[in-house]
Amino acid sequence: MSDFEAILKAYERSGGDPNFLRSSKVASLVISGNRVLGANQVPGVRIEPEEIEHGVRVKVIVEPGTRLDVPAHLCFGVIPAEGVQKILPEFEIGAGAQAEFIAHCTFPNAVNVRHLMEAHIHVGKNATMKYSETHYHGETGGVEVVPKAQVTVDEGGHYSSEFALTTGRVGKLDFDYVVDVAARGVAELTAKAYGYGNDAISVKETIRLNGEHARGLAKSRIAVRDEATSEVMGSTEGNAPFARGHVDCIEVVRDRATASAIPVVRVRDDRAYVTHEAAIGTVNKKELETLMSRGLDEETAVDVIIRGMLEG
Amino acid sequence: MSNDYLLRIEDLHLERDGQEILRGVNMAIAPGQVYGLLGRNGSGKSTLAYTLMGCAEYTPSRGRILFAGRDITTLSITERARLGLTLAWQNPARFEGLKVKDYLILGMKEPSRERVEEALAAVALSPLAYLERTVNDALSGGERKRIELAAVYAMRPRLAILDEPDSGIDVLSLDDISQLIQRMAAEGTTVLLITHRDEMVPVTDVAALMCEGEIVRVGKPQAVREHYARHCRPCEVAKPVEVPGGGYERL
Repeated sequence: MSDFEAILKAYERSGGDPNFLRSSKVASLVISGNRVLGANQVPGVRIEPEEIEHGVRVKVIVEPGTRLDVPAHLCFGVIPAEGVQKILPEFEIGAGAQAEFIAHCTFPNAVNVRHLMEAHIHVGKNATMKYSETHYHGETGGVEVVPKAQVTVDEGGHYSSEFALTTGRVGKLDFDYVVDVAARGVAELTAKAYGYGNDAISVKETIRLNGEHARGLAKSRIAVRDEATSEVMGSTEGNAPFARGHVDCIEVVRDRATASAIPVVRVRDDRAYVTHEAAIGTVNKKELETLMSRGLDEETAVDVIIRGMLEG
Repeated sequence: MSNDYLLRIEDLHLERDGQEILRGVNMAIAPGQVYGLLGRNGSGKSTLAYTLMGCAEYTPSRGRILFAGRDITTLSITERARLGLTLAWQNPARFEGLKVKDYLILGMKEPSRERVEEALAAVALSPLAYLERTVNDALSGGERKRIELAAVYAMRPRLAILDEPDSGIDVLSLDDISQLIQRMAAEGTTVLLITHRDEMVPVTDVAALMCEGEIVRVGKPQAVREHYARHCRPCEVAKPVEVPGGGYERL
């Protein structure tokens, strides 16, 4: 099997549709380890990858005013059991452009794999960028993933991202996104993870609402069981008049797992308004008993509740 | 008591926080019956429902619950549900991310899209409009209540305990609830209808009255309804209840 086919197979296993990566009409990028196996550009979208030691640096440029009808598909993976992959993406979404990216990161055979991402994202004036990233780390827990992003949203821009690691083991996750939002801009960050065994989850989401009427939501949904651990820090700052922000964190804990949440809300303008809610505990008893009264055993009922929370 | 009852409750006692809530409840429901349990708020009706379903913290201190001749007093909720007993909760739970179509299918022995759609239609909700919606806060209380009833109907249980399906629902919708109960009965489901609205009584075959944790009257629905209207309603109006923070007020 070629490397390309192997990574496509892993991509499919992580929930992606490999047909998008084969299509010449879809912007796409396929990276295995530090090798670029495929990069497809479409009108208005430039993808400029450069192989570096242990990884790839890539520029993704969406020209101003471009409307991507079909989301761009990105695939990052490490097929061997061991390895380091460093992805250094730079996204430039031009003014007024609208682009959606669907990324899958897959490490199906990982025993000792490190995946580091340091992204710089610029969403131009009145542009929209939607980014969803789904991970699959196999079943051994031998993966360390460190996704970090610095995002700047210009006036009237809209950035939303969803990070999901809800199938298979997590291993060690150290997620850290920071978003600066200008006037009338919007940022929505969502992180979802389901840890078990001795998985360790750390999620930091920071939104700084720096312009008038900027809005932000930092949302996290985490479930841990066995001896897994979870730490969530959702932070939103209202630094300008009429900025509106919210931090929303739910963590479900089972067995001997532990979870903590630190919602931080900071306001530097008396016309800004930032709120937070955080809930940590076992699954809701009423929900559990309702599902059991339909004939589900406790374990299945808990799973339905957690899956709903993570997939909703 | 004959053995021909689907549900038999014998001398059921339940204490919570040192207070006796159920004080020797006896009840017998025959297969196919719609059994109405009337009583004012706080009389112990919902406590009885949770005890019958086997909810945590609702373990009887004395007495037995027999279902289809089997003692289920110590069985778990799941075991009871798998025997064919279920509960439509008075205040249905909310589920983040769980779609209506998936919620309805959970309890069905033979899952089918047709049955899901039929169940929604039975509670006067359009399948097209509701199948893909989520059972969460975005639904109104009335919508969640109907979906809860649809979920129970979809299961085809042997015994459905409907805990105040009529509360929080306007008078016009009472007809929908009545029709649903008749439909359940026609499909062979025995119904224990818990209510404090005596307008629901005509749909029942037998009615009982609960007061302060005891069944004080059982009989023909109309007779029980009249007794409830004559004695319990005035009692409800007259009886002062303690309010949080001390003091008393009239209901």
